[in-house]
Amino acid sequence: MNIWVFAQESNGAPTTGSLELLTKARSLGTATAFVGGDASAIAGALGEHGASKVYATGDLGGKLPGVAVSAAMKAVIDGGDSPDLIMFPQNYEGRDIMARLSVKLDRTVLTNNVDITAEGDKVSVTTPVFGGNVLVTTTFTKDGPHLAAFRPKSFAAEPSGGGAPEVVAAPVPDLGSVGAASIVAVHVEESSGPKLDEANIVVSGGRGLTEASKYEMIEQLAKLLKGAPGASRAIVDAGWVPYSYQVGQTGKVVKPGVYIACGISGATQHMVGMKGAKNIIAINKDKEAPIFGIADLGIVGDVHKVLPKLIEALQAR
Amino acid sequence: MNVIVCVKQIPDPAMPGELDSSTNTLKREGKLILDESDSYGVEMALQLVASAGEGEVSLVSMAPNNEVSGLRTALAMGAAKGILVSDPSLQGSDALTTAKVLAAAIGRLGGADLVIAATESSDGYTGTVPEQMAEVLGLPSVTFAKHVVAEGGSLKVNRQTEEGYDEVTCPLPAVISVTAGVVEPRYPSFKGIMAAKSKPVETVTAADLGVTPVGWDAAGQTIANVTKAEARKAGEIIEDDGEGYAKIVAFLENLKVI
Repeated sequence: MNIWVFAQESNGAPTTGSLELLTKARSLGTATAFVGGDASAIAGALGEHGASKVYATGDLGGKLPGVAVSAAMKAVIDGGDSPDLIMFPQNYEGRDIMARLSVKLDRTVLTNNVDITAEGDKVSVTTPVFGGNVLVTTTFTKDGPHLAAFRPKSFAAEPSGGGAPEVVAAPVPDLGSVGAASIVAVHVEESSGPKLDEANIVVSGGRGLTEASKYEMIEQLAKLLKGAPGASRAIVDAGWVPYSYQVGQTGKVVKPGVYIACGISGATQHMVGMKGAKNIIAINKDKEAPIFGIADLGIVGDVHKVLPKLIEALQAR
Repeated sequence: MNVIVCVKQIPDPAMPGELDSSTNTLKREGKLILDESDSYGVEMALQLVASAGEGEVSLVSMAPNNEVSGLRTALAMGAAKGILVSDPSLQGSDALTTAKVLAAAIGRLGGADLVIAATESSDGYTGTVPEQMAEVLGLPSVTFAKHVVAEGGSLKVNRQTEEGYDEVTCPLPAVISVTAGVVEPRYPSFKGIMAAKSKPVETVTAADLGVTPVGWDAAGQTIANVTKAEARKAGEIIEDDGEGYAKIVAFLENLKVI
């Protein structure tokens, strides 16, 4: 089976998600990485993780990846190299590219997956639903290319010992008016800690914090633990923190070593995003809160009392 | 400025979801409500039209059983009219078919300067429909918008990224998807609720829109298996007596993360 992986770069290295997908792809067939941008800095690392070929669009010139990279992929497919399957990371860029491409190819998309199997040319993916209590396995019924997106940490990234891959240019064709949106400035928000979906410790806050300014405690605790701060949907909807902080079914799915839920009751929507954590600590006033049903350590108490003491104790170490 | 907002009517998220055992699709039998994620798009549309000083907000929705209660909520907020696509043949439709149907409904309304959708629905959360719709309509798009200003026939959008945000300019007409929390959705007033009852909502089928095939026949996917995931068990739950924090410190020490 011929498989493409949409691969991304962050600070001169492939993202962990790209390497996870390449590792899985090479176990199912021949893996090719498709990069939206210049691949020279990361082609070697992609090869080490199993990519035998790398397509690279070159600089996107301020175009949004969704429209640009999907057009470049379509051009390669029309040129005769059509994959059986394209694997995308479940993130902003992956979602946009696969959506545009699905219309161009008239193929369905299956998103939020955590696993994939292939028997002959029959490809099936698995998605958790209802807070992760139920796993649904779905099989693609049309001919490829099948389009599937996978949540972070669905697979372990392991090097294959592969050599330098062949890098092939896959330029973005003329986009016409659909390509009229342009990035005019890039803002990087200062974040000293690890990324939310890659952090080993995640500290999340919810409604129990009662007001936006108390979210500082979450950030402070996350920093002390060298982790990342997260949030429940309720406080994202309330505008306390940006959408990028949201942990849950509509947001980021995290699988850290330790997840600390502070003032979060544990709505199904939230639990699906964090129940894959190795260890869960919950602090909540309501002892009936559903979060305690999955917590390894639950403190029935007021976050306004527990968190300051916890922060003080950690600072004193 | 005319704005069309795609709104989804979903089962109340506070109720536990259930799959229909014969079709393995989400049960959507009871009363449906406006997906809270869509209330941000409706609010943003109302604000953009208000600041443009002309135009109106229209709605498109696809739902079973001629369901309009969620649409009425958006009309009560201030939208002028809507199209509901309701058709038993749509059951089992995938995101691509949904995008084709919504795009056709947008066409039936005569198009718009701007089409707004949420980044994903709260019940199905495939998260690709806005961008698929843009491709079907042949329009530029800006997804994951967290701040939107319209001026002189184009949009200035702050688009959420993994590392921060990008400032993006985009000429109209265009499609955008907006993240939650971007604006504060208004509560419908009593007057708005009363007015919503008489606002026009046209109900059409997929065939009326000329979109075929739809539903299971068009979906390039079939559900092969549904299994229970391994349940997580509760651990030690203690009441905070002022020393609860020390339990957490000990727990973290034990894991060797501090």
